[in-house]
Amino acid sequence: MSAPGAGTVRVIDRTGIARLVEELRGQGYRVLGPTLGDGAIVYEEVASVDDLPAGWTDEQEGGSYRLKRRGDEAWFGYASSPHSWKRLLHPPDVRLWQARRRDDGSFDLSEPPPAPKMAFLGVRSCDLQAILVQDRVLRQSEHPDPVYAERREMAFIVAVNCGDPSAVCFCASMETGPRAQAGFDLALTELIDDSRHEFLLEIGSAAGAAIAEHLPGREAGEADMSRADAVVATAAARMGRRLDTGGIKELLQENQLHPHWEEVAERCLTCGNCTMVCPTCFCTTVEDTADLTGDIAERWRRWDSCFTLEFSYMNGGSVRNAPAARYRHWLTHKLASWYDQFGTSGCVGCGRCITWCPVGIDITEEVEAIRAHPQPHGSSLG
Amino acid sequence: MTAARASALAPLPLRVRAIRQENAESATIELDPSALPYGRLGASPGQFNMLYVFGMGESAISVTGDCDEPRSILHTFRAVGPVTAAMRRLEPGQTLGLRGPFGTGWPMRAAEGADLVIIAGGIGLAPLRPVVHAVLARRQLYGRVLLLYGARSPDDIIFRPELEKWNGPVEVVVSVDYAHPGWDGHVGFVTGLIPRARFDPAETVGMICGPEVMMRFAANGLLERGVPEDRIFLSMERNMKCATGQCGHCQFGPTFVCRDGPVFAYDRISRLLTLREI
Amino acid sequence: MKGIDAILAEHPFLGGFSRDALSVIAGCAANRRYDAGSYLCREGEPADHFFLIRHGRITLETNAPERGALTFQTLGEGEILGVSWLVPPYRWDFDARAVGLVRAVAFDAACLRGKCEADHDLGYELMKRFVPELVRRMQAARLQSLNLYGQTE
Repeated sequence: MSAPGAGTVRVIDRTGIARLVEELRGQGYRVLGPTLGDGAIVYEEVASVDDLPAGWTDEQEGGSYRLKRRGDEAWFGYASSPHSWKRLLHPPDVRLWQARRRDDGSFDLSEPPPAPKMAFLGVRSCDLQAILVQDRVLRQSEHPDPVYAERREMAFIVAVNCGDPSAVCFCASMETGPRAQAGFDLALTELIDDSRHEFLLEIGSAAGAAIAEHLPGREAGEADMSRADAVVATAAARMGRRLDTGGIKELLQENQLHPHWEEVAERCLTCGNCTMVCPTCFCTTVEDTADLTGDIAERWRRWDSCFTLEFSYMNGGSVRNAPAARYRHWLTHKLASWYDQFGTSGCVGCGRCITWCPVGIDITEEVEAIRAHPQPHGSSLG
Repeated sequence: MTAARASALAPLPLRVRAIRQENAESATIELDPSALPYGRLGASPGQFNMLYVFGMGESAISVTGDCDEPRSILHTFRAVGPVTAAMRRLEPGQTLGLRGPFGTGWPMRAAEGADLVIIAGGIGLAPLRPVVHAVLARRQLYGRVLLLYGARSPDDIIFRPELEKWNGPVEVVVSVDYAHPGWDGHVGFVTGLIPRARFDPAETVGMICGPEVMMRFAANGLLERGVPEDRIFLSMERNMKCATGQCGHCQFGPTFVCRDGPVFAYDRISRLLTLREI
Repeated sequence: MKGIDAILAEHPFLGGFSRDALSVIAGCAANRRYDAGSYLCREGEPADHFFLIRHGRITLETNAPERGALTFQTLGEGEILGVSWLVPPYRWDFDARAVGLVRAVAFDAACLRGKCEADHDLGYELMKRFVPELVRRMQAARLQSLNLYGQTE
C-alpha cells in the first residue's frame, strides 16, 4: 500500500488522535489545542488527549459565554474559544530586540530568541481563514514581520471541521466555513454516534502526510464521506447569524456620516474586547524601555486597540476622539477598508466580537441597520 | 563603529554631527550616514525616518536636507513630546538610532516640465526643502518654481539663509500671520498668496505641507486657480509606531500614511480630508 | 501717459468689465502715487475713496497704545483696498500705509456710489467682483486667527 499523500482521505479513531498528539510532541512540536480552563474552552498545551474537553460544548450569545455539558463525549463539540490562534502566531507581548549601549555611545542589537515550533490541534475553518488573512497582513508585505513569519512557517495545522456552530457564528455567509478547504496540514471531521467515535482525516500537505503515515486507521469509504458531509451541512444550516456582504465595502465607506454610528456609540464602552478576541485584528504598539543603568534598552511589541484614545494620538490630541468615530473606524476597517488594503474581508464570521462584547453589540445587526436606511454623504469633493 | 545590519525593524546607531536651533520650538539635527549600508541613506524628498532615542522611543521625522548630499542626513523637528525633547538635548558625538527611509516621496518626475508651486506652512517647510534642493540641482527641467511659505511670525521663520539664497532661481514669497515692527514683508495667511501667484494652472504641480487645515485651504486655493486634482500633492501625518504598515496606527481612511503616504495626490484623499475624526 | 480707461482695463479686479462700463466709472477715477511711509487712509476718517493697487505693498494696521502699529494684513499689486465706502457711516476702520512706493487708482467714493445707484446693472457687476474678494479675506482672516502653526502642547 502506498504512503498517503495530500488529498488522501482516511478514517482514524480515538487511538489515532492520541497517536497524532504523541507523534507531534515526539517531533518537537508544542501541541496546542482545546482544553478546559477559566470556565471556558481555551487553546492551551495539550499533553495528551485526556486534556481535550470531551463532552463539553459552549453556549454563546451577545455578551454571554457558558460551558455546557453535551449529551455525548465528543472531543471537539464546541464552536470557538475566547481567544484565537492569533495569540500564538502574533503574540500579545513580544520582545522585538534588546540593545546594549557601548562606551562610544553606539549600540548593538541582539538577535531574538528562536520561536517555538507549534502544532495547532482543532483549528476551525473560520480561524484557519483568519490565519490566511493575517498572512496577507504580516507576511505578504514589503516588510514581512519576522516574529509572525517564523512562528507561522513552523506551525503545523490540524483543522477540525465544525459540527456545532454557536448562536453567534456566521462563517457560512462569510464563505469561510464550516468546512476547511485549504491551508491545513491535516483536517479532521469528528464522526460520533451511539455506536462509534471516529474522525475523517484529510491530508492537506506533505508535512501532514508525513505525520499521517504514523497513524493507525483505514481508508475512508463513501459512507464515511457522506457522514462527514452531513456533519458540515448540518453546521452550515444552523448558523446563528448571517452577514450580507453584498456591496458592503461601498455601503460602509459611503455612509461614514450615518446617524447609526452615534447610536452604537451610546452602547459601546470602547473597551476593546472585540479587538482582543478578533482573530484578524493585528494592531500593535511598541514600548521602549531601558534598565536602571540606562545601558540596556528593549523594545517590546504589544497588542493595541483602535478603541483607545492613545491609538490615534497626535500633536496634543486624538484624531478619533468620539467613541462613534472609533467604532466607525473599527467596523469600516474590518468589513470595508480591509478589501482596499489586503484584497479580502477582515471578518471571518467567528462571532467572537458579539459574544465577548460586554453589551452584546452585534456587527451583523449594525451593518443591517445602515443597509436598511442608507444615508450616503455627498459625492467626491473637488 | 562597525556597520551593523540594518532592517526595517531595528534602528541603526548613527553619530550626531551637529544640532542647531531653527526657532523657539524647532531644531535641526545632522547625522553622519557612514554606519549605514553603503554609507548612505538613499532617501527621496518626502520620505521619513523613525529616529530612536536609546531606551526612550522613536519619532517619525521627514528627511530635510539635500537627498543627494552623501555626507550628511538632516532632520528638522519640533520638540513637542518626550522623545523629541530628548532629541533636542543630544550633543555632537552622541548617537541617534535610525530606521528608514519609509513612505512615498514628492512626485519629482511628474513635476518635470511643469510649473511647480510649493506651499509650506510652519514646520511644513522642512519636508519640502529637499524638493527645492532637487529642483536647484536640475533647474532647467522645471518651469516657473514658486515657494509660498507661511510662518506664524518673523521669529518663527526657519531656513532664512537658504530662503534668501533660493530667491532668484525660485520665486520665494514669505507671509506671516503676526507681524511685528521691522517686518516689511507680507502679512496674512499663506493661502492669500495663491490667487495672484504667477504660474500656469494647466501646467502646474502643487506640493503642500503644513498643518492639515492649512493644507486643505491651500489645496482649495490651487483648485480654484484651475490646477487639476491629481496634480496637487499633500504630505499627511498620523500617529506612527511601526512605519511598515503593520501596527495599524497611521490609518487614514483605508490608507496607511506610512506606506501609501505620507505624500498623497489630492484626488485620492479629497473625500477623507473633510470627514471629521476619520 | 496712459489714459485712465486703459489703466482700468488692465487691473485684474475689473477683468471682464465692458468698455462702456469702464468709461462710466473712469469718470470717478484718478491715478495716485504714494511715497513709502505715507498713508492712503486713516482710521476714523471719512472713507472717501476705493483703491485699485497697481504697484507696491500696503500694510493694514491698527494702533494700540504701548504696542504701536499692529499689522494684520498686507495687500499688493492686483488687489483692492477699501470696503468701508460701501457701508454707512462711510468711515475707515484701519490705517493703510504704503510700505514702499505705491501706485494706485483712487475712485471717489461718492461718485462711484452715485454711478451704481443710477445703473443697477453696473452696481451688480461691481458687487460680483467685491464679494468673492471679501469672502477670501474673511476666510484667510479666520485661518490666521486660529494660530495653526502655534505650539500645540
